[in-house]
Amino acid sequence: MADILDYATLRVIWWLLLGVLLAGFAVTDGFDLGAAIWLPFLGRNDAERRVVINSFGPVWEGNQVWLILGGGAIFAAWPMVYAVAFSGFYLAMFLVLCTLILRPVAIKYRSKHPAARWRTLWDWALFVAGLVPALVFGVAVGNALLGVPFRFDGDLRMVYDGGLLGLFRPFAVLAGLVSVAMLAMHGGAFLASKASSPVAERARRAATLSALGVFVLFAAAGWATTHVEGYRIVGVLAHDGPSNPVGKHAVQVVGAWLNNYRAQPWLAAVPGLGLLSAAATVLALGLKLDKLAVFCSGLSVAAIVATAGVSMFPFILPSTLDPSVSLTVWDASSSRTTLLIMLVATLIFMPIILLYTAFVYRVLRGRVSAAQIEGETNSY
Amino acid sequence: MIDPNTVELSRLQFGLTAMYHFLFVPLTLGLSVLLAIMESVYVMTGRTVWRDMTRFWGVLFGINFAMGVATGITMEFQFGTNWAYYSQYVGDIFGAPLAIEGLMAFFLEATFVGLFFFGWDRMSKVGHLASTWLLALGTNLSALWILIANGWMQHPVGAAFNFHTMRMEVTSFYDVLFNPVAQAKFVHTVSAGYVTGAIFVLAISAWFLLRGRYPEIAKRSMTVAASFGLAAALSVVVLGDESGYTASQNQKMKIAAIEADWQTEAPPASFTVFGFPDVKDRMTHFAIRVPWLLGLIATRSLDVEVPGIVNLVADNTERIKHGIVAYRALETLRVHPDDSAAQADFMTNEHDLGYALLLKRYTDKVVDATPAQIEKAAWDTVPGVAALFWTFRIMVALGFYFIALFAFAFYLSARRRLDRYRWFLTAALWSLPLPWISCELGWFVAEYGRQPWTIDGVLPTFLSASSVSAGTVWTSLLGFVVFYSVLAVVELYLMLKYVRLGPAVVGVGVSPRGTAGAAE
Repeated sequence: MADILDYATLRVIWWLLLGVLLAGFAVTDGFDLGAAIWLPFLGRNDAERRVVINSFGPVWEGNQVWLILGGGAIFAAWPMVYAVAFSGFYLAMFLVLCTLILRPVAIKYRSKHPAARWRTLWDWALFVAGLVPALVFGVAVGNALLGVPFRFDGDLRMVYDGGLLGLFRPFAVLAGLVSVAMLAMHGGAFLASKASSPVAERARRAATLSALGVFVLFAAAGWATTHVEGYRIVGVLAHDGPSNPVGKHAVQVVGAWLNNYRAQPWLAAVPGLGLLSAAATVLALGLKLDKLAVFCSGLSVAAIVATAGVSMFPFILPSTLDPSVSLTVWDASSSRTTLLIMLVATLIFMPIILLYTAFVYRVLRGRVSAAQIEGETNSY
Repeated sequence: MIDPNTVELSRLQFGLTAMYHFLFVPLTLGLSVLLAIMESVYVMTGRTVWRDMTRFWGVLFGINFAMGVATGITMEFQFGTNWAYYSQYVGDIFGAPLAIEGLMAFFLEATFVGLFFFGWDRMSKVGHLASTWLLALGTNLSALWILIANGWMQHPVGAAFNFHTMRMEVTSFYDVLFNPVAQAKFVHTVSAGYVTGAIFVLAISAWFLLRGRYPEIAKRSMTVAASFGLAAALSVVVLGDESGYTASQNQKMKIAAIEADWQTEAPPASFTVFGFPDVKDRMTHFAIRVPWLLGLIATRSLDVEVPGIVNLVADNTERIKHGIVAYRALETLRVHPDDSAAQADFMTNEHDLGYALLLKRYTDKVVDATPAQIEKAAWDTVPGVAALFWTFRIMVALGFYFIALFAFAFYLSARRRLDRYRWFLTAALWSLPLPWISCELGWFVAEYGRQPWTIDGVLPTFLSASSVSAGTVWTSLLGFVVFYSVLAVVELYLMLKYVRLGPAVVGVGVSPRGTAGAAE
């Protein structure tokens, strides 16, 4: 195997795997983030709110590992992307981190004390912990599409020239809204399939509303992409050269993020799937086919994540200060050895992970009801 | 160009958040195994008191677990946010164990923790027991991979600098995995976690017995904690010695600093039990020494020298000079990658490149460094001697105390006299904070003792930081202090609340006055 997989192929595989991990995060943790966004609105009393929380209570920890793993995989496979993105988006990352810490604490601690004020406080904490990561991750992707102000010094040390508020450019905010809408849709569909009535009925309406939002916002983002500056490599960049982003030539061109679709029209199927699946989610919810709705919204979420990657390929993180030092698939990866070792580890463990995750979801199958929560001492 | 304040604040933030994270980790490590043991007894004997025990300690485990997971994310993010150059410079090696930790361990742990809490009525007894063991396995494997990553920072094997990419790249993943430092650290650290879990159970059970509550559950819990804790405490000390031995082979400066060993003595070196190390005078005041002991521990021989600080600094001065040659060659190679003279220069001095980078603190032009700057940089390789000397000694003393405590508890439980001596129960209760203190001191010795490096001998801490402003780091640092303090209060409040409520929280069959074992 080691001989067939040359450096360029491994880089493409790891670019795909990065997409799989981020989509895996959006689809699985999207259940909990989206459901948390709806928590204060769908649960009108304490019992109903506990139904919402206990719908994802037993599985959110496993779901969140997709994010941890995504972070670890970027660190291991794309160290420069990890370094530039995390330090460049410093305060945004800090904000996300606070909400990611707040979330488990809120889930675990909310129902451990009966006072209404205590519980209401944690309910809103959960809402914030669902909304903020959804928004910030979307804004971050929007910024990746627009490019980020960084350059390198002689030791290949990254210098970043921007702040927190600079991230909230109109296009990036639009991307953030797409992200919030899609996770709200996904969390809503999850609750429609997992909660008992009346929460499930309200969740159906909520998911339908947000699926329509996804349709409109994602289409708007697609239209906006034709007007923002994308990036393009000038000349030839070797696909198996050393991972050093300095030395190539790249430029900013309005509408360049559509170039891949111009060259390979069939790629339009990816954003197309994002739109169609959102529409199908509305249909499935209308027919009360809740499990189908979860599937469709999951597909839509994955396709929207994939659209960002497909549009930018081979760019991963472009630089506005100096487009020529932008990080791309061909010059920002780990060494071939590391990519290969990581691939082997992924091929061994990913199937096992999928298997036991499916097993756990199966053991915990069935709708969550208020009566059931009362009877279970470990309920949240 | 690098703001020293950014570096210092980032260090402070990383140190504080890491130590905070490690308030929760050892208890997760220890309790997960204790839960699996208790539940195994339940499944094998069918006595429901063991199930109630598992579920009660499980509630406390859950409160702790949430914080461990939450604060762990901070650790992963911070490599990118605050140590961007580090991430880029060594991500090729360091990132892999972190990612594999997620794949192999964290997924397992986080997925099965849900079944531990919610699977009691949905699975067979054996099925649930299997989930609990998988949870414990995931937790321990997680520690393995994190310590492989950390071990590599202490002793960077299996990697080389690539001048095309200006970073370290892996040459042998096998060496990274089977790094002797990582292996010694792993067993030492998980054993310390087991000790923490065992003392937690021992102390809270002692409190129940002092109050005459839940004697059935408390005595059984103490018995499990005493035997498991005794084995763990013995292995912490033995494997801690192994850890010290591997460090003495690979991190000579750290050992010299811990022992306040200023000058190389004729072997076997003496061990300083007590004294006041003084960096300015380069000597230890009021030292009480035991002849031969250090030589025996550190080299396991009578004729091998333990190098002293002053001698190591002299060695490091030479390494800085060689490093400058490597750095100069690197500057040529950046422009002319095929220059064979520069390549040869680089190859011969590559291993000292990191030492030249120490000069970055004093000058941007490394190749023009003055002898005074080189001298300063060489003395920078000495970590804080007095702090290491004392923290190490307190940690070791606590380790021996734990052995004594568990041995006595074990003796009492074998004689069925656990509830006989109130003074013992009181001592066990008051021992509750001690394992946390020794765990934190242990990490302090390991990481503060690694300074001035993030990667020993390869990358100085000063250079590892991100190019963010000090103000930005202040913002996040203050945010963490406030946020983490609030969470600590909430966590402690809930922990105390559930300890006070006692095992009655988990079921109707459990009564505070000791009829839980009625089914037997």
